Amino acid sequence: MADRTFEVRRLPGMAAIAITCFVILYAPIVTLVVYSFNAGSSVALWEGLSLRWYAVAWDNVAVQEAAIRSLVVAASAAAIATVLATLAALGTTRTGPFPGRMTIYTLINQPLMVPEIVTAVALLIFFAMIKVATGYTGLAYLIAAHAAFCVPFAYLPIRARLEGMDLSLERAAADLYATPFATFRHITLPLMAPGIVAGAMLAFVISLDDVVITEFVKSAGQDTLPTYMLGQLRRAISPEVNAISTALLALTVLLLTAFFFLNRKRN
Amino acid sequence: MARPSLRTRSPEEQAARSARIRASWLLSTPALILLTFAAFGPLLIVLAYSFVAPGEYSGVVWELSGQGWFEVLFTRDIFDDTVSLAQAHLSIFWRSASLSLLTTLITLIFGFPTAYFIATRPERQRPLWLFLITIPFWTNLLIRTFAIMEVIRNEGIVNTVLLNLGIIDQPLQMLYTYGSVLLGMAYVYLPLMVLPIYASMERFDFRLVEAGYDLYASRLDILRLIVLPIVKPGIVAGSILVFVPSLGAYVTPRVLGGGNNMMLGNLIELQFGQGRNWPLGAALSITLLIIVACALVFYVRAANREDPHG
Repeated sequence: MADRTFEVRRLPGMAAIAITCFVILYAPIVTLVVYSFNAGSSVALWEGLSLRWYAVAWDNVAVQEAAIRSLVVAASAAAIATVLATLAALGTTRTGPFPGRMTIYTLINQPLMVPEIVTAVALLIFFAMIKVATGYTGLAYLIAAHAAFCVPFAYLPIRARLEGMDLSLERAAADLYATPFATFRHITLPLMAPGIVAGAMLAFVISLDDVVITEFVKSAGQDTLPTYMLGQLRRAISPEVNAISTALLALTVLLLTAFFFLNRKRN
Repeated sequence: MARPSLRTRSPEEQAARSARIRASWLLSTPALILLTFAAFGPLLIVLAYSFVAPGEYSGVVWELSGQGWFEVLFTRDIFDDTVSLAQAHLSIFWRSASLSLLTTLITLIFGFPTAYFIATRPERQRPLWLFLITIPFWTNLLIRTFAIMEVIRNEGIVNTVLLNLGIIDQPLQMLYTYGSVLLGMAYVYLPLMVLPIYASMERFDFRLVEAGYDLYASRLDILRLIVLPIVKPGIVAGSILVFVPSLGAYVTPRVLGGGNNMMLGNLIELQFGQGRNWPLGAALSITLLIIVACALVFYVRAANREDPHG
């Protein structure tokens, strides 16, 4: 039976194209990573293994500042987005369908639908007005913009978790005279925690990766790592950018791997 | 989802229900406030800006004007005032449309077999294959674009290898062409095609295929009459997920296309940067938004047609 099923599933050429696909997906990334360890300054000629470009990037003050700014913005935006998304997910899943729920869904998921460049331009105009009116040009604009487009990414896994949740434990707690807060604190929150962690991680990665909105919203001297790298591309290419890319890539893969294993353990 | 019951509710039940609905809105309010100020609210300002006159150096002058919308398609000669079509804009629109459609097509050609391949792996292996698709998906788009650039640039790995093998004696100009933008976009958006197709195929019942073979269907019949109709919603979803961001692409055409392969996103940016024509930029942004909205409406209608129960 088993080998019979296998044959039924086979369609000629599918596996070959799929493997090609995986090779194409990974070959450029692997090349980038490998050449970030190149001792020479060429991005094509291999001159030996070295951490030279990591040292160069590490000692570059602009890179240090951009890296810290990226992490600050991503952490703040992810924290804000996760809290707001958790509240909204609680609001939209516990009651059952009600008038206006589709409207809330649509509004929360709106950043997924509007092209980034359009949001970027809109925020450029709006924040420019506020900057003129208040004179404040700090990081808050970046954090607010990032938090906003991170909300749907945090919201979706939290909502999915809540929708699959058994309500009988909460009812049992209420039957045993737990206050609504105690029920939330001891039953609901621990049960939805995996969704919250997943949402926060996705929000963090999404914020860390953003180029377009950051490029338009940032004030002078507020480069994050991606906008710094984009700026460097205008000039001669240096393997330093490869090193920064690889470091960022490593961080993303690390977070995703953690996410993957968290999910697997749960299942 | 269960239908709301038709029985009449007691006043207490009614009150409790409206209290719950009020709580739902209250809980969603903080997120909605943030999104109003930092996401969709400012879109209304863009709409307003598209109907005013451009300022002398940048910004706008607050007087009603159709200039921005006029310049989306037309241009007025500065000497004799004759009106003609804005050829530069038309060619950018055409490039955006053709690149987005081709990107969707290429990602479909590669994405469908990949999703099929993953869905037909033994169940224990599937999460790993999916994970391999997810990594590029979550990897910074700029880094992936940059990786493609490293491979195809004049001093890049492809040209170096070809030169050393003596196949060519001049580096091939691959970067900053229409083809390089297409390659880059197909590369960065491929995971967006694979994931929804896989999702629609995951629970595919292969006994249907077996039944088809029993009834003497050829492999092509199996693909065309059994597999494709069932995974069609996934294909439609994947196509929309690739087409929409392709249309608004900014980073990939900027990095891989150079100045001669601008897309709509780059044209918009230009109006807010060197072009200093904010109303035109605003009108172009709204145009892009309307095209995307049309694509989404098309998708929702197609999805509803596919799934009469949803």
